[in-house]
Amino acid sequence: MSELLIEKESLTFECETGNYHTFCPISCVSWLYQKIEDSFFLVIGTKTCGYFLQNALGVMIFAEPRYAMAELEESDISAQLNDYKELKRLCLQIKQDRNPSVIVWIGTCTTEIIKMDLEGMAPRLETEIGIPIVVARANGLDYAFTQGEDTVLAAMAQRCPSEENQTSFVHIKEKKPQLVLFGSLPNTVATQLKLELNRQGIEIQGWLPSTRYADLPILGENTYVCGVNPFLSRTATTLMRRRKCRLISAPFPIGPDGTRAWIEKISAVFGISPKGLEERESKIWSGLEDYLSLVRGKSVFFMGDNLLEISLARFLIRCGMIVYEIGIPYMDRRYQAAELALLEKTCQEKKVPFPRIVEKPDNYYQIQRIRELQPDLTITGMAHANPLEARNITTKWSVEFTFAQIHGFTNAREILELVTRPLRRNQNLSSLTQSILAESSTYVQS
Amino acid sequence: MKLAYWMYAGPAHIGTLRVASSFKNVHAIMHAPLGDDYFNVMRSMLERERDFTPVTASIVDRHVLARGSQEKVVENITRKDKEDNPDLILLTPTCTSSILQEDLQNFVNRASLESKSDVLLADVNHYRVNEFQAADRTLEQIVRHFLEKNKKQNEVCQKTEKPSANILGMFTLGFHNQHDCRELKRLLNDLGVTVNEIIPEGGKVTSLKNLPKAWFNIVPYREIGLMTAMYLEKEYEMPFISTPPMGILNTAQFIREMETILNNLLKTKEKDFRPYIDQQTRFVSQAAWFSRSIDCQNLTGKRAVVFGDATHAACMTKILTCEMGVRVACAGTYCKHDADWFREQVLGFCDEILITEDHTQVGDMIARLEPAAIFGTQMERHVGKRLDTPCGVISAPVHIQNFPLGYRPFLGYEGTNQIADLVYNSFTLGMEDHLLEIFNGHDTKEVITKSLSTETSLSWSPDALQELARIPGFVRGKVKRNVEKYARQNQVNQINVEIMFAAKESVNA
Repeated sequence: MSELLIEKESLTFECETGNYHTFCPISCVSWLYQKIEDSFFLVIGTKTCGYFLQNALGVMIFAEPRYAMAELEESDISAQLNDYKELKRLCLQIKQDRNPSVIVWIGTCTTEIIKMDLEGMAPRLETEIGIPIVVARANGLDYAFTQGEDTVLAAMAQRCPSEENQTSFVHIKEKKPQLVLFGSLPNTVATQLKLELNRQGIEIQGWLPSTRYADLPILGENTYVCGVNPFLSRTATTLMRRRKCRLISAPFPIGPDGTRAWIEKISAVFGISPKGLEERESKIWSGLEDYLSLVRGKSVFFMGDNLLEISLARFLIRCGMIVYEIGIPYMDRRYQAAELALLEKTCQEKKVPFPRIVEKPDNYYQIQRIRELQPDLTITGMAHANPLEARNITTKWSVEFTFAQIHGFTNAREILELVTRPLRRNQNLSSLTQSILAESSTYVQS
Repeated sequence: MKLAYWMYAGPAHIGTLRVASSFKNVHAIMHAPLGDDYFNVMRSMLERERDFTPVTASIVDRHVLARGSQEKVVENITRKDKEDNPDLILLTPTCTSSILQEDLQNFVNRASLESKSDVLLADVNHYRVNEFQAADRTLEQIVRHFLEKNKKQNEVCQKTEKPSANILGMFTLGFHNQHDCRELKRLLNDLGVTVNEIIPEGGKVTSLKNLPKAWFNIVPYREIGLMTAMYLEKEYEMPFISTPPMGILNTAQFIREMETILNNLLKTKEKDFRPYIDQQTRFVSQAAWFSRSIDCQNLTGKRAVVFGDATHAACMTKILTCEMGVRVACAGTYCKHDADWFREQVLGFCDEILITEDHTQVGDMIARLEPAAIFGTQMERHVGKRLDTPCGVISAPVHIQNFPLGYRPFLGYEGTNQIADLVYNSFTLGMEDHLLEIFNGHDTKEVITKSLSTETSLSWSPDALQELARIPGFVRGKVKRNVEKYARQNQVNQINVEIMFAAKESVNA
């Protein structure tokens, strides 16, 4: 057996060179501007950032998006122009054209390197033009892909109203603790999760982010917060340290097992014993049987690029798959503690070896490992998908998991729909492979 | 600073990477932060490339910001040298490295001591040049590097026995470049000219030393390749043709220029390509006959707008006016750096000329002129959709649809056929549209209900209706039917959000 498959006693964490492919964190504007309906996102960067956004977001750009580039030119870089005046000019133009309730400035690599003081300028400009300006540094120097949302939400957490200021809610302190969820989800999924909690008698007081900037939730010592996505560690830290909220550390509601654990954890904090969850979970599982029969016993390799990897791997192991490797850009072991514990428990219960968790992976080495292990499915970015397919390695684009609806009981099917699609494709095309192409032949000429 | 939503030409490093990944066995290392390797996605997706794109990043992160890249870049170069044994490693600066002002040349010098492959620093400034200029510059830089290296080794370069040509400027992610390349080869073959080297697409840097063996050079697109052709002309006295053989007239001129060059070199008048041009124009290409045919009469006086890169926009303008009798209301390009050439080319063939990189200006122009058809980039296609004007895509920037599997050249005689189809189809679709409007659209008797019984006792709560509205239109009907079916099965009369989700959870909803 390959030495890559040697069984381990517990979860092991490795760290490679960080030479991997992922999206730039500024891509978060694409889903956040849609989620926060009255916002405008201004990405302060160069042509490189603009080119990435326009290509990565494809057709969305043609729908008059509420985001734009403040494209830095040579005169900005060499400080011949005054940053403040330039940003003021652009923001006034945005105010005039779109009149948003909030402008979010996305700082990029360039603003970091030339040390543009966005946090310093924003409050001044805010009072001058009368629109709140939130600053998030979502740059490729520090973050990967979905972590962009984390930086925006962490900045937005500072803008949430606090309990003390809500004079009409003086009695709030005597009331029972409030629950605020954080993480951007499509409205449909948010409603589904809300209904799940309502069923247990738990009311959600608010979401970070809300659909409108004006509806940001009230935060304070009385607020319990819980994340719905694994990449929100900065937001969690900000909520705890700056807003004195109490964090519920739970696995994430991805897959029926995760959703159940998530609800159970929240219920426990509110002193409620959850009702009917076990039946609900098993009912969902039985509804998935047609897909489960496809994935059972198959092996998966996560190359890693969006931080959803741990939760997805945990769900797929529960589905009966074997995970060889979980590549992940960044692993916050405290924020993901409950998720990691569930992963460990799942491995033990399903009697499968622990996967290796590789932080900051090196794509070149990973491809060597994929060649050796020949997994049944590789979950990878688009840069590697076609070349791997040409070498008879079945792949699924990881980015789709970020944009598909995968949270809660209802959407478990969606995840398996994505995971099984390449497998079902293989089934459908098997006659082509068998009758014309030799079984093992690849699509690459040597 | 400027407010920008969209751009026609990409940043400089994209041009450099396109040169690097077009050559065989050349690896590019970008000095860039995480996420800047989006080029790999584009190449793998748009070109449906089977091989891994030979581009990696030497990541610029916080540590690099604090202490400089130090050994990192050199290590990455030598590592890649060992892993892949490329013939050339091209260190590619990005906007980030432009402002970090690290001495990348120094890294290159150090790395080239240790590695077997040649190492070069792409000499491009992010803030001064765009994708095309950078590609043009990088191609010249690589050619110059290998030819000068060869000169030092004193190898004598003999011209080929038979007339031969180099094709300069075929690229990965280029607009229909692969098809154009095949068509050009066919054209040269017909005329008894052999193809010496095609660079960069599919070429090897080690065979660049053979470039001077050719009798002359061909630069099919103005944007990329001219600098290389000029360098070769200066150093090796190689003449070049920069007329794009696009359209019947241009192709004829291209062939005549080739005739002149060959006769000059042979010092005779033995080459006479006129019969070939005549034969091709009248019988192989259908385009000339098409312009005479009744169909094309209907195009007379129709107004069109053309926008794209300099080569394609200029050629299309000429084709539309001189070969099809269409009136070009405005011809424009986003290649600002080549504006003079463009103006000179289209002067007299159109009513207005527009040189801009701002897509809103192009959109406004189209809205103002109300043409019957647009010939532009993917951006203009979307403007056309919004204004209900048909659009044929003739130039980059492109989508995956512009990398067709079938044979679709724009150059040469087969190219003229393809262009004629494109133009004609755009216009007829437009006319069909007008007729439909006059006769009140397609004959569609509205389907009132898709359920078998018209009587439905089900009612939808407002929040459920709202949720239903969020479902994309093309599946909404199906979802609605499934939810109602589920509700009936479970004897529920009032459908609320919970019922909707429960229905979804029940298998296959």
